[in-house]
Amino acid sequence: MNLLFALVALPLLFMLASLVAGRHGPRLIWLSAPLMTGLAVWLAIAVHTAPEGGALGGWPVPLGIMLEADGLAAALMLASAITAAITGLFALGSYGTTRAETTRSYTFWPLFYGLWAAVNAVLVSRDLFNLYVAIELLSICAVALAAFGSRKAAMDYLMIALAGSLAYLLGVVLIFAAVGTLDLSLIAERAPEARTSILIGAALISAGLIAKTALFPLHGWLPPAHGAAPPAVSALLSALVVKASFVILLRVWFEALPGLTEQAIITGFGVLGAAAILYGSALALRQEGLKALIAYSTVAQLGYLFLVFPLAGGGEAITLWAAGAWGAMGFHASAHMLAKAGLFLAAGLMIHASGNGRMDGLTGLARAMPVTTFAFALCAVSLMGLPPSGGFMAKYLMLIASLASGQWPYALVIIAGGLMAAAYLFRPLARMFAGTETPAITPLAHGWLPLAPLALAIAAMALGLLSAAPYELMVSGLPEAGEAGLEEVEP
Amino acid sequence: MMEFLAERGSLFALTGAALIALGFYGFIMRRALIRRLIAFNVIGSGIFLLFGGTGYFGGGVDPVPQALIITGIVVALALTAFAAALAVRLARSGDDDDENPEAGR
Repeated sequence: MNLLFALVALPLLFMLASLVAGRHGPRLIWLSAPLMTGLAVWLAIAVHTAPEGGALGGWPVPLGIMLEADGLAAALMLASAITAAITGLFALGSYGTTRAETTRSYTFWPLFYGLWAAVNAVLVSRDLFNLYVAIELLSICAVALAAFGSRKAAMDYLMIALAGSLAYLLGVVLIFAAVGTLDLSLIAERAPEARTSILIGAALISAGLIAKTALFPLHGWLPPAHGAAPPAVSALLSALVVKASFVILLRVWFEALPGLTEQAIITGFGVLGAAAILYGSALALRQEGLKALIAYSTVAQLGYLFLVFPLAGGGEAITLWAAGAWGAMGFHASAHMLAKAGLFLAAGLMIHASGNGRMDGLTGLARAMPVTTFAFALCAVSLMGLPPSGGFMAKYLMLIASLASGQWPYALVIIAGGLMAAAYLFRPLARMFAGTETPAITPLAHGWLPLAPLALAIAAMALGLLSAAPYELMVSGLPEAGEAGLEEVEP
Repeated sequence: MMEFLAERGSLFALTGAALIALGFYGFIMRRALIRRLIAFNVIGSGIFLLFGGTGYFGGGVDPVPQALIITGIVVALALTAFAAALAVRLARSGDDDDENPEAGR
């Protein structure tokens, strides 16, 4: 309990501290990065034996606020802590103490810590309204950070986020009106009494969250917002922010409303996910800007997450493999966090060095920036799903689950998505190795900056190489519906 | 569903629903940012009213929705203030990024 409380409260404290510390605010990352990562590791070890949880201030449900971490929450919290810590250290090099102090270097840090706190709060909340507050904090921080790049894209993002919040809130109100509680497990108990109202509420909640997760066809705001932001911000937005709203969607369908789901809903999520994979990859193939390409790749990779609905939740003969699909989703979310953040950081360094964000600016960069290129390539390997990366484990488990459950169209989409990812990521890679001359580059602010994407890439690889422990963690304490299928749970 | 609402302060619920519909029209049909922001607040008020209506039952009032509405209003206020600030910055200086020339390339 105290551990979960600390993981949510500490980033908030750091947020305040970074405001108070002013000029010295950026240096707080030296304290927060190891502290938060350490706590997340501790949580993962603790959850491995038994789920962590408790009520804030000792007040029981329905009055108190429950925090609880299952295996998936602990695993994602650890992955996001690693991502945020490394991205924060990278940002220290970009908005750090050595550059001329601008307003920007003051405003980045409070938003960074606010975002981190909100992600952790989403992962451990067990109450629809707490989730609402957490996702709003997340949206404000994310939009403000996105405004560092393009204010227009941030405004579009904000409008989508506002519409999403309203839909979510209306859904929450309808569910509360129907069952008189907001606690996920209590909703699960009482849901069958008011099936229709609950399904309407859940549909509104899902629509709002899909807009915030940028699932096809509501993905339009994502590439401009993520592609235009500074590298550290893009990394945070693509790695952490969109995952949080997806986790809420999982909690709603798998924990609050198992047994209420229709096959049509499950198939709907699966089809949208598959469409996102194909459409996002096809658009990524056509991009000429490096960061735009990576941003469209996020649209595609988010689609894989939604395949968990048909693979773990639907069908009949799949009981045995559902746990595999649940683990695959956890692997994919974690591996995408690490690899996508690494890609954005590496791309940011390359764009700074070459002074050109387009494909043709990359020519020969591998000779001038070997470490950055190596990190980019390792992250690309994980996104393509080649062994031995975390991305490989995810796609391998998804393939097994889809074949074992007889849902072979999803297997085809997974394979096609992997091939297309290879195609769109080989384009920049081929450029980097093209030619024979070493291009002249603008020197980086710090020589150690390429180590940040490299560390993220190595973490994504380690997730695949040492996959046994994270897999066990992700499927420990998985909701009953994650194991038995959404329709198999008796309401 | 309507019967259900009718039992619990249907007036609040119906007014809330009307506000949501009005606000939704504004949010979709208006292009000006400030108008859309106001429409967002109208929808928000409608949802809070609906929420408040759900806490009403014969002879008493459930305090939980009221507590949550206050939280919701604070969240909506924060979002509105932030959106207004962003809209002002966007109107004043456009999309140009004055401090970080690397962004957006």
